[in-house]
Amino acid sequence: MSSATKSKVNSDTPAILEKVDPAPWKEAPLVLNKRNFHWITEKICGIVEAKTPTWWWWCFITALCVASFTGMGLAYLVSTGVGVWGNNNPVNWGWAIVNFVFWIGIGHAGTLISAILCLLKQKWRTSINRASEAMTVFAVMCAGIFPLFHVGRVWFAWWLFPLPNSNEIWPQFRSPLEWDVFAVSTYFTVSILFWYMGMIPDLAVIRDRAKATWRKYFYGVLAMGWRNANNHWRNFEMAYLLLAGLSTPLVLSVHTIVSFDFAVANLPGWHTTIFPPYFVAGAIFSGFGMVLTLLLPLRSVFGLHDLITQKHIDNMCKITLATGSLVGYAYSMEFFIAWYGANSYEGFAFINRAFGNYWWAYWIMVSCNVICPQLFWFKKIRENTPLVWIIAIFVNVGMWFERFVIANTTLSRDFLPSSWGYYSPTVVDIFTFFGTFGFFSVLFLLFLRFLPLMPMAEVKSVIPAADPHGGKH
Amino acid sequence: MDIKYGLAATFNSAKDLYDAAGKIREEGFTNWECYTPIPVHGLDAQMGVGRSKVPCFTLAGGVTGFFTGMLIVWYMNSFDYPLIVGGKPYFSPIFPFPVYYELTILFAAFGTLFGMFFLNRLPQHNHPTFEHPHFGRTGDDKFMIVIEVEDPKFDDEETQDFLKKVGGKSVTMIREPID
Repeated sequence: MSSATKSKVNSDTPAILEKVDPAPWKEAPLVLNKRNFHWITEKICGIVEAKTPTWWWWCFITALCVASFTGMGLAYLVSTGVGVWGNNNPVNWGWAIVNFVFWIGIGHAGTLISAILCLLKQKWRTSINRASEAMTVFAVMCAGIFPLFHVGRVWFAWWLFPLPNSNEIWPQFRSPLEWDVFAVSTYFTVSILFWYMGMIPDLAVIRDRAKATWRKYFYGVLAMGWRNANNHWRNFEMAYLLLAGLSTPLVLSVHTIVSFDFAVANLPGWHTTIFPPYFVAGAIFSGFGMVLTLLLPLRSVFGLHDLITQKHIDNMCKITLATGSLVGYAYSMEFFIAWYGANSYEGFAFINRAFGNYWWAYWIMVSCNVICPQLFWFKKIRENTPLVWIIAIFVNVGMWFERFVIANTTLSRDFLPSSWGYYSPTVVDIFTFFGTFGFFSVLFLLFLRFLPLMPMAEVKSVIPAADPHGGKH
Repeated sequence: MDIKYGLAATFNSAKDLYDAAGKIREEGFTNWECYTPIPVHGLDAQMGVGRSKVPCFTLAGGVTGFFTGMLIVWYMNSFDYPLIVGGKPYFSPIFPFPVYYELTILFAAFGTLFGMFFLNRLPQHNHPTFEHPHFGRTGDDKFMIVIEVEDPKFDDEETQDFLKKVGGKSVTMIREPID
């Protein structure tokens, strides 16, 4: 406490302070150990320029093998027929749509970090945004596989797009499934544009340091001739801000429209207005689970502890906690409304969810999504990196089960008991989904090897040396 | 053979460059540019350049996208091949709104990216500044100002002295090779 606040307080004078000094507030630095510009350049470019590490090859080969499961599963599906999946009547959606929603949800954290946190001026996003955006792009690619093959005859998948089919009939726009085609393809395209544009200055740095001819050409072409001029930065920053502003409503709309696939249907358990915000919160929750799953190992493998600090992990854990609690609130609100709405079908759907044929899936979901992240209230747990990683894995598992529960409990138990059924995946379902983790890893490993892992200019911008006023603001 | 492009001076910190930029602007130079590893906060005002024009491209893209969405829904479902589905109208500005919304964002994003490319004259894989021996350092930790010979106030000797006076290190002439 400063002397000014202490002096006047005694029994003669009223207990009102003449002047109150604000409490000193120390922000933790975003880059530790007073690293300078050059260190950041060397660190990030060094990852791309170093000789390919042995672990990378092992991971890459393993990932390729895992990815081949998707390839084989799909080849078997197409060559044999849709019966090789466990989908049946009434459960027509099966794992394919569950996996689609799972992967597309993962992408949302990347856009949240790159766009929403940018608009909110959260400077800590800088060291994690590039990898998260890459995660978004690759997750959407994995997601896209499932609806594409779920249409049955994949060679007619182009009917989804606004092109006339062989009878000159166009797609019809009253269906939320058609809105979803637009939402997901726009999301994928805009995510790639945003990711690529943010990378241009970094690609130019790698270009300028390149020694090998192929590197000069590869990075030279991608960098578009960027030359760090203030005029370039001026337009770049404006474009970046605008893309952030465009991606924010976009990311909120994508999972909203995904939730319309369910909510616009008349089935009990799906036909609710809470779905859009509930799906968006769940998507961001699952995405942060995946960001933590990916970045914590990267941090130790590449020694990025000065750039991805405890503060970053803390913040990510807190967002996971907040969105996990939102999801928990949505689960309980669904039950409340099912009771309060007094619709007997709706009431049955929710009793069935928790205690019916898929009760085990429901309780896996609740323990992973609602109970598990509550551990992040404790600083000790947030500081225990291996434990954070394990909780993040649980979040991923829980969010897959959430989609499974939503899709399958409702479809298997709709209005008429005569049309009830039960769904189990076949081995082809399981292999195809398992393989997408390999496909995702292949892409992510290639990203690590060839593209800048962090936006160097942005990371440099958050250290004190970037301040043109020398700290005197 | 080569021709002179401009005088380059390097600076070691964002603050040095920021201060020098102010002096160069006050001196009345017009054809000059700062090269920095980061977007320096407030440098636009210091250099006397205005706001970026990228938002115009974004707006144009967004408006085009919105009406493209309306046009395709109307043309496909109401004009070219009307189909009755669920008793809903053939065309409405309301129900296919997600389509208009997504296309607005899609076209606006393309407008933003290509607007940025257009305003920055990218791709441009060759530029005289690349001839500077240490140009690559401007992406790392060096700050650089280049005053072009095109500038009406440019003078070989005087500009060189001036750049040294405002704190520029290793003032060198960038020469563009021609053959």
